[in-house]
Amino acid sequence: MVAEKDTYSKHISHKFNEELSELKNHLMVMGGMVEKQVEDAIEALMEGDTEKAMEVRRQDKEVDKLELVIDDEAVHVIAMRQPAASDLRLVMSVVKMVADLERIGDEAKKIAKLTVEMGSDSRSNRRSFVEVRNISVHVRTMIRDALDAFSRFDTDQALAVMREDDAVDDEYKSATRALVTHMMEDARSITSCLNQMWVLRALERVGDHAENLAEHVVFMVEGTDVRHTPAEDIEKVVRGKK
Amino acid sequence: MSLKNEKIKIAVNDLNLFYGKDQALKGVNLEVAENKVTAFIGPSGCGKSTLLRCFNRMNDLVDICRIEGEIMLDGENIYQKGIDVAELRRSVGMVFQKPNPFPKSIYENVAYGLRLQGVKSKRILDEAVEEALQGAALWDEVKDRLDVNAFGLSGGQQQRLVIARAIAIQPDVLLLDEPASALDPISTLKIEELIHQLKERFTILIVTHNMQQAARVSDYTAFMYMGDMVEFGKTNDIFTNPTKKQTEDYITGRYG
Repeated sequence: MVAEKDTYSKHISHKFNEELSELKNHLMVMGGMVEKQVEDAIEALMEGDTEKAMEVRRQDKEVDKLELVIDDEAVHVIAMRQPAASDLRLVMSVVKMVADLERIGDEAKKIAKLTVEMGSDSRSNRRSFVEVRNISVHVRTMIRDALDAFSRFDTDQALAVMREDDAVDDEYKSATRALVTHMMEDARSITSCLNQMWVLRALERVGDHAENLAEHVVFMVEGTDVRHTPAEDIEKVVRGKK
Repeated sequence: MSLKNEKIKIAVNDLNLFYGKDQALKGVNLEVAENKVTAFIGPSGCGKSTLLRCFNRMNDLVDICRIEGEIMLDGENIYQKGIDVAELRRSVGMVFQKPNPFPKSIYENVAYGLRLQGVKSKRILDEAVEEALQGAALWDEVKDRLDVNAFGLSGGQQQRLVIARAIAIQPDVLLLDEPASALDPISTLKIEELIHQLKERFTILIVTHNMQQAARVSDYTAFMYMGDMVEFGKTNDIFTNPTKKQTEDYITGRYG
């Protein structure tokens, strides 16, 4: 049976309702933190702002803390409530989404670390970070939409996130090709190009994790595991409910 | 739901049951797979125990009970005229919520059914008693005191003794009506483990109030509500992604 947004508040046990709602809220808080982390990491990179980059690395500690809190809450619910059906799917999805969010945070931390390492010496080269800027806009939208899809139980939006990831992968490929050409033409740009490559790679991974988030949302709502499934089959699962 | 890749042991076809004017079962259809465990869950009064008692015609003992429809056991309707009910109950054994050993020795409890069938040979009885007690996972605990009164056993042991008594006469089907609800958690787990072993030899139908128990022991689960068979399916599907809202509400503890 398709799960709906308000079904989690209708348990006979009031306490159980509260526990599930707490779990969902904490996941949204963590998602918000991670989204901000990615945003700040990219801004710090673009502006060569090492102070901001350090802040991103500090934020990651908070994200990690929240990861432990949410996992602990999920274990508690499983042990005490033996959730079934849509409740179980919610708890399992949250546990998996937490892992993906934490990894997104790690990628943001990587970008921040690069920014700190580059310092301000290569600021002039940053104007060429066009691809980075484009992809970062995409993946941030993906994170936000995946979290929205989670909070609204909206599988159509989850589907849109998955489609978006294909676009990100394409952009990543063409940006990589452009950088390779650039490096062949001008050996002095290799360091700068490699740094860009690491950033692009990190963002591409963020996109993959955001896609995972969307897949967990579909599982939570529809009860069908759509990982490792062709796009058109996922579409059938999501459309099937109507 | 129709069972795929399973041998059908029992088929219930459009079964209606009335207690006087009250209809307790409403057009129930169901297939029970051979050598599998089928669990019946649902709130009190939903008809699950009533349905279970139909499989060995225990409801015949209730005066005001009237039954329509058919239950096919190995392709034969057990409600047709000329069915030997005693023979039916020999092949469809039943175990109840509270253990009900006879006020006799452990040995005599298990041998009772065979003696009733006219078995007199001490050797055959000895073998059958040991085999049944082994099958009920009780042999090791009682083999040195087979002649003591069965009332001296613990509740969990008594329940396993009753199961031994039921399987001693080599039935095909075992009906278990909340077999563990009066037992402590460890005894409950022993019974569940036993059910797991017994399904290799018997087709098992179990009524339980404990949903986690249904999830643990059964291959198929039927959810009943107010006399209707609301949903029937693989236990795994029922507990992870049921198709009906009533089922979902019940197994997740929501207001219906």
